[in-house]
Formats: sequence, structure tokens, C-alpha cells
Amino acid sequence: MTDIGFVRSEMVEARPAPVRTSGAVAWMKKNLFATPLDSVLTVFGVAFLLWVVPPLYGFFFGNAVWAGGTVEDCRVETAGACWAYIAAEMEFFIYGFYPAQEFWRPNLVFALGALLLAPLLIPKVPYKRLNAVLLLIAYPVVSYILLAGGMFGLRVVPTEQWGGLLVTLIISVVGITLSFPIGIVLALGRQSSLPIIKTACVMFIELIRAVPLITILFMASVMLPLFMPQGTTVDKFLRALVGVTLFTSAYVAEVVRGGLQAIPRGQYEAAAALGLGYWRRMWFIILPQALKHVIPGIVNNFIALFKDTSLVYIVGMRDLLEAVKTKNDSAIEWQSANMATTGYLFAGMVFWVFCFGMSRYSIFMERRLNTGYKR
Amino acid sequence: MQKAFVSIAVAASLGLGATAAQAAILDDVKAKGYIQCGVTGGVAGFSAPDSNNVWTGIEVDYCRAMAAAIFNDADAVRFTSLTSQERFTALSAGEVDVLSRTTTWTMSRDTQLGISFVGTMFYDGQGFMVRVEDGIESALDLSGAAICIESGTTTELNAADYFAANGMEFNTVVFVDQDEVVKAYEDGRCDVYTTDSSALAAERSKFANPDDHIILPEIISKEPLGPVVRAGDTQWFNIARWTYFALLEAEELGVSSANVDEQLGSDNPAIKRLLGVEGEFGAPLGLDNAWAYQIIKLVGNYAETYERNVGPDTPIGLERGLNALWRDGGIQYAPPIR
Repeated sequence: MTDIGFVRSEMVEARPAPVRTSGAVAWMKKNLFATPLDSVLTVFGVAFLLWVVPPLYGFFFGNAVWAGGTVEDCRVETAGACWAYIAAEMEFFIYGFYPAQEFWRPNLVFALGALLLAPLLIPKVPYKRLNAVLLLIAYPVVSYILLAGGMFGLRVVPTEQWGGLLVTLIISVVGITLSFPIGIVLALGRQSSLPIIKTACVMFIELIRAVPLITILFMASVMLPLFMPQGTTVDKFLRALVGVTLFTSAYVAEVVRGGLQAIPRGQYEAAAALGLGYWRRMWFIILPQALKHVIPGIVNNFIALFKDTSLVYIVGMRDLLEAVKTKNDSAIEWQSANMATTGYLFAGMVFWVFCFGMSRYSIFMERRLNTGYKR
Repeated sequence: MQKAFVSIAVAASLGLGATAAQAAILDDVKAKGYIQCGVTGGVAGFSAPDSNNVWTGIEVDYCRAMAAAIFNDADAVRFTSLTSQERFTALSAGEVDVLSRTTTWTMSRDTQLGISFVGTMFYDGQGFMVRVEDGIESALDLSGAAICIESGTTTELNAADYFAANGMEFNTVVFVDQDEVVKAYEDGRCDVYTTDSSALAAERSKFANPDDHIILPEIISKEPLGPVVRAGDTQWFNIARWTYFALLEAEELGVSSANVDEQLGSDNPAIKRLLGVEGEFGAPLGLDNAWAYQIIKLVGNYAETYERNVGPDTPIGLERGLNALWRDGGIQYAPPIR
């Protein structure tokens, strides 16, 4: 009998990969220094980071003057961002000229808004219909009464005293909630077979889209008063609000129309074959499919609207950015080299937080609604 | 271009408005209970929110003085921020009752826009700021120096005129925004910074070491800044004008918010007339005879508002200069109240 020299009776223990293919060095070799060009780019990249990051860190954090610091600290030659200035003027950035003893009113509006909006955004929370009615119908009325006053013994606060983040949020929230339904109606109208409705919608959309927002606001503030009888004025704030809303609805209409066109003709015919009327066809069959397709486009418009609210400075309104600019120009007690820069940085960060939030939520919704198209 | 557009727009509004019955502004103001006052978006010392976010400044004080004269309440006034483009339309459309917004009094504005300038609350003019280390002592030494300037302003045109008139080389570094101009000057990208001298002083106060910079003595343009009202309502114009004169007259007679109550018993006939102890000077304006007393009591005289907002002890630190009373070497002058 010949021996079969060796039979393995158990598996060889798994050993770690050779050092050449694993570990930090191998990773770097594969990802950073694979080719000479890669190596050069890596070196430049690292050099760039070393050049840029430490000064930025110093400006934002290391040498920054934090809340509680004084203007003397900010005036030191080496001082970075003057966050103390932001902290000291925070009230103006949020409320503008809103009277200090009435701050509880905007605060209550903010709190109610958050309280009603949060459950609506989380898909699992029940009572969506009640929630939506409260948010879209009751909340605006309550907010208006709270902010403007003049009822229930609340002091009147004219809109020219509103300002800062309050104005930015009001304009964008109202603009977003109104322009969405108006935009849908316009998009449907543009596809309508009724000539008058179709022409009216096309004319409206094309007129508004062909004109810059600045022009619309400028017209609303400078030209509109000239066409009105002497002595009657429409509130400036309302004018800005209407301008921004109409502008955004025209854009939303075109985005929604894109979604409507993406729905195969068969869907329209199938819906009609079921015996549904026009509005039911749209509400139950077409729009749910169409809107799902155009979420990125719509959110794009809303983010643009949020940032465009800054343009209301044209009509002398004071949104967040304009409030910062006002203080940059006039808060002499905080004048220092980095004061204006810090103010603008702060405004930029606030805008970023809101826009980034909207963008992330839209991605979440897209994934959730992506039911029929998962691949 | 823009100016022409605004002129046409305002002219059009006058054409349209002419048919509507012209109600007296004073009656409207009394009916609503406050004055609507058009101000800037925030120019320190002139009209700007203070640290408690209350409107302050020399132009704001003027509106408060009008409110004091009419309502005996310096807070019966609401402020609207207006941009320089919309200010005249807002005034002619009746959105504001008085415009007190760093507005330069020029002939074309006064005669073509359907508005009336009340007077000159503040005599301003364009000046130059340079670094002390450069050793420049006169604007005439500035030939060839790099000048930081804001584009599209009268500032640029004035400077070009001045350099051309004196045969000097004009070399500018132009920016769109005021903040950028200042930053560029501070970073040493140019040797000279030019704008209205009041703004120069305000910007200088922001620098880390204000003493390293000097403002040259030459003032190269006339910028009389004053309040404006709609043309056509003589009574309202008179109230606006005599509010301004009362501020000056009070300073001239030595009546201030601190001593106005004692001065009620003064034997000086001029003071008696000013404070309404003697004569009927308020009635023709449609006001109480104590109108000037109310202004002085609640707001103060011209010197007080000047010192409080832009004077040497404020961060803006402007000497009275042209804005001193005529007897102190300035050109602020009020006709007598009699």
C-alpha cells in the first residue's frame, strides 16, 4: 500500500492578508499614491489643506471671540471671528424691530409651527389629516393675529417693525405653502383643453418667468403705489409676500408640468375608463405619480425661494441678511475689523442650516415614495 | 438711468394723483395718531437702531421732534426703512409723511419730483482719508495715489471733477459695496479712501487704530442733507420747516431740554414767543401754542441732538464745523419767531 503522503483533516486557519494589501500603508498606496500623478496630486492636496485649514480653524474657533467677550477683544490685531457681536445683536437678527416686551408672540409662533410641522414630517405619526388642517388653516390665522396684534387686547405691531429671521421664515413658509398648490393648478391649467384657462395660465407663467424677481419686487414697491388712489396703500410686507409667491408658483407650475408629461398616456386613459371625473382622475391617479417624479425639482425651487427672500431688501424689508447688514453698518459699539465678516458668516450659516435641512428631507421623501421604481 | 425712471414714475403719479382730492396731511396724521417717517436702512448717527434696537440718530430725532410738536409725544412716530431708489416714490405716494433719510438737496430733486426740501439738517461734503504714515497733508498732494471708491455714486464723479480741475492724475480702485471699499483701504490696496466726510469719520472709528488715519481738510463737494415733504401742502411744509427752525432757535436762545421748564418764566421776549408763553405762533400751523416747548422738552434743541448722535463724544466724533450756529462760525441759521 502506498501511503498518500498527507491528507489535511481540518481547514487552515484564516490568516490576515499580507501587509502589502492591507493596513494603512497599503490603503494609502492604493488610494493616494497609485500612480505618479496621484502622488503629485496627493502632495498638493495635503499642502493645500495644511495651508488653508489652520488659518480657518484659527479664525472660526482658535482666535475667535466668543459670547461674553468685549469689543476690545474683537479689536485685537490677531482676533478671529467676533461671535460676541453676533450674540449681543442676536435679538435684532431674529426679531428686527419687534418690540422686546412682545417677543413672546413670535416665540409662540415659532414654537407652534415646530410643534405642528414636526409630526407632519414624520411619516409614522397618525392623524395626518387633522394635523394638516391645523397647520395649513388654523395656524396661519393664529400666527397672523399673534404677530400683527390688534385683537384680543394684543398690541398692534406694524409690519415695518418685523424683521430678521422672523421675516425670512414668514416669507419662505407662506411662499412655499401657497406657491405649491397654485403651481399645481397652473400646471393643470396649462394642460387644459379649455382655451381661456389654458391661455391665461400660459400667459401668467410665461410673463412671470420672463421677469427677474428683483423686477417684480421693485414694481410692487415703486410702481404699484402710483397706480392706486392717493391715500390707499397696500402693506409693503404683503406686497413682497405676493410677489415672491407668484414668482415661485410660475416655476413650480413648470416643474409639475414636467411631471405630468412623464406619466404615460395610458394612465390618463385608464383613469378615464374607470369613470372618474377630472379632479378625481388628477387627485387619485395622475398627481400622486407625477409629483413623486418631480420632488427634486420642487425642492430646488423651494430652496431657491428661501434664499431669494433676501431680495425683499429691495422694498425696504429687513430679512435676516438685511438685519445683519443693518447692524454691520450701524452698530458702532461693535466696530472691529472682522465684525462685518462675522455677521455675513453667521447669516450664511443660518441659511445653510435651513436649506440643507430641506434638501435632506427631500431625499428622505424620495426614497420613501420610490415604491414602484425600486431597482 | 434709474434716476430718470424714478422721475418719470413720480411725475406720472402726480398726474394721476392730481384728480384725487388733496386732504391736508396734518388732518390725516392726526386721525391716524402717528407720523410715518422714512429713514435709511441704518446709517450710524443719522438713522440706525441702537443697542436696544430703538431707532436713533439725528434724522430720527427730527421726526420725533415733529411728533412732539403735533402730538406732544416723541414716540408717536413709525419708521419705514426706504432704499435710495424708492424713497421719493414712497413720499409722493403717501406711504411716508416725511422723508428724513440722508437725502442731498439738489435743484433737480427739488423742482422735478413734486417734493419740497425743508432745510438742511446736516451740511455734509465729500472728503479724503489717508494714513498718517504717508505724510499727506492736503488733497492737492494726492496726484497718482490709488483711491478706493464706491462705484456708481456721485462720490466717484465729484472726485473725478476735483482731480481734473486741479490737473492731477486720477487713479481709482473701484468697488461695488461700501464694506469692500473700507476693507480694501484697510488692507492697503489703496492709499486714499473717499466718501462723505460724516461717513469717513464713522468708518475711521471702526479701525483698530483710528489715530493711524487722518481726514484731509479739503471738502470737495456740497452735500446738504435735509428732510423732505410732499409738495403742495403748505401747512405741512410749514410744520416741517418750523420744527427744524425751532431746534435751531432753541439752541440759539440757550433753551435745552434740561432748562426748558425754568425758561418758561424767562423775561426774554424771544424765549417767550418760542415757548408759546406770549403770542399765537402755533395756531397758524394747526398746532398747540406750546408746540416748540414740546419739541424742546421731549427731544431737545439742535445742539443736544447733534452732540448725542454725531458729536465729538460719540464714536462718530464729528466737530460741529459748518453745522455750528451762524454766531459760532457755522451756517445753521433760523429766521426769528415773531
